[in-house]
Amino acid sequence: MNNYYEKKDLADFPNIGEFAPAQGEKFFDYYTEATTAGALTEREKTLIALAVATTQNCPYCIDAYTLKCMSLGITNEEMMESIHVGAALMAGITLAHSTQMRKIVKKKEM
Amino acid sequence: MAPKEQTDRLNNIGENFSFSRKLQENGKYPMCADSIEILQINVGRLCNLHCKHCHVEAGPERREVMPLQVFEKCLNMLAKHEIPTIDITGGSPEMNPHLAWFLDEAGKLERRLIVRSNLTLISNPHYSSLIDTFVRNRVEVFTSLPDYNQNKSDRQRGEGVYNQIITAMKILNAHGYGKTGSGLILNIVHNPVGAYLPGPQETLELEYRERLWTNHGVVFNNLYSITNIPVGRYLDYLLQTGNYDDYMTELANAYNPKAVDRAMCRTTLSVGWDGKLYDCDFNQMLELQIDIDTPCSIFEYDMKKLINRKIVIHNHCYGCVAGTGSSCQGTTTVAGKK
Repeated sequence: MNNYYEKKDLADFPNIGEFAPAQGEKFFDYYTEATTAGALTEREKTLIALAVATTQNCPYCIDAYTLKCMSLGITNEEMMESIHVGAALMAGITLAHSTQMRKIVKKKEM
Repeated sequence: MAPKEQTDRLNNIGENFSFSRKLQENGKYPMCADSIEILQINVGRLCNLHCKHCHVEAGPERREVMPLQVFEKCLNMLAKHEIPTIDITGGSPEMNPHLAWFLDEAGKLERRLIVRSNLTLISNPHYSSLIDTFVRNRVEVFTSLPDYNQNKSDRQRGEGVYNQIITAMKILNAHGYGKTGSGLILNIVHNPVGAYLPGPQETLELEYRERLWTNHGVVFNNLYSITNIPVGRYLDYLLQTGNYDDYMTELANAYNPKAVDRAMCRTTLSVGWDGKLYDCDFNQMLELQIDIDTPCSIFEYDMKKLINRKIVIHNHCYGCVAGTGSSCQGTTTVAGKK
């Protein structure tokens, strides 16, 4: 293994249940159900997936969901806006956790 | 790239199995024709456009144009055999001087009649009389519109082409094309603008319908989603941009045995501008002629042998059986039911 992340490993995703097939099967049932159109459209779900993929720095998911967005005719602008939602949430989540820091500071400072 | 160079290049698909080996593994080899439901006639490689994805490598510089004698032989074949669909493609079919005559003759046969048009010519006064010919013969018009986004579409087909297509769609709509109850069919062909596979046909159709109506007030009947096949200019594009290996792997990984059973070559006969016969338009461009041991062209053929022929395959065939399958009539299987 020369690199921790190999592009070709994306094709190995269907095999992640290899050492725990029962759980793997349940995961894939859930994954398929969760990402298939329901109350939300396939486009909406794919944009959410892209935003999550980028916030979690997952190269496999970014590759897969960028291509899926393109296949669905989602524009570059729509993709970028979804990533900004993720980025804004990540920034907001970070800043919201400053509450903990501020509470501790206020309790401990004279 | 010359056809032989293309097939040589297509021999190399990295770690993926060759298409024939893949078929053998699935008990699908050899692929054989079932019948002839569609006579697809490529009336020439002359075109006013020079699209980046064109497997025909058509353009204004091309000189291959189907002569009258070949059209006449096509009509003879159609008169003798109950082939239900006549599918005319190019190049730009409008630039063949015999098109209007042929449509009127083919119209008398009362078959389903399709013309694949880039729609950039019919708004030109020199060609606009063809609209009446289309209406008179109930011709189904198929137009390629790779994306509802103008910039993206024009990147593939040329600057200004998107707007010309929209103008032509408005003209056709005014004649009743695309409108419910008119019986005049206007279909859109979607294909990806780049090195990726097309999304679900139904999803794309909904999106196109809403955006084209909202943004331009145009309507159409159906959208057909087509995978770009690695042939001609699209193969050049894949190689030049370093996308070839990934794309071939993506096609091979998306191999769908059910789509093999429904591949269009099983029910199509493709005629070249010079009358040579092929299993499909892609094989035509690769000069992979029909494999029959007796003379085989529109001038001389054995229909029984054509109907029972073995399909000539190569690695580009992965394109028609990836995912939900792809054909000139759109996807070939139902999404989610491999």
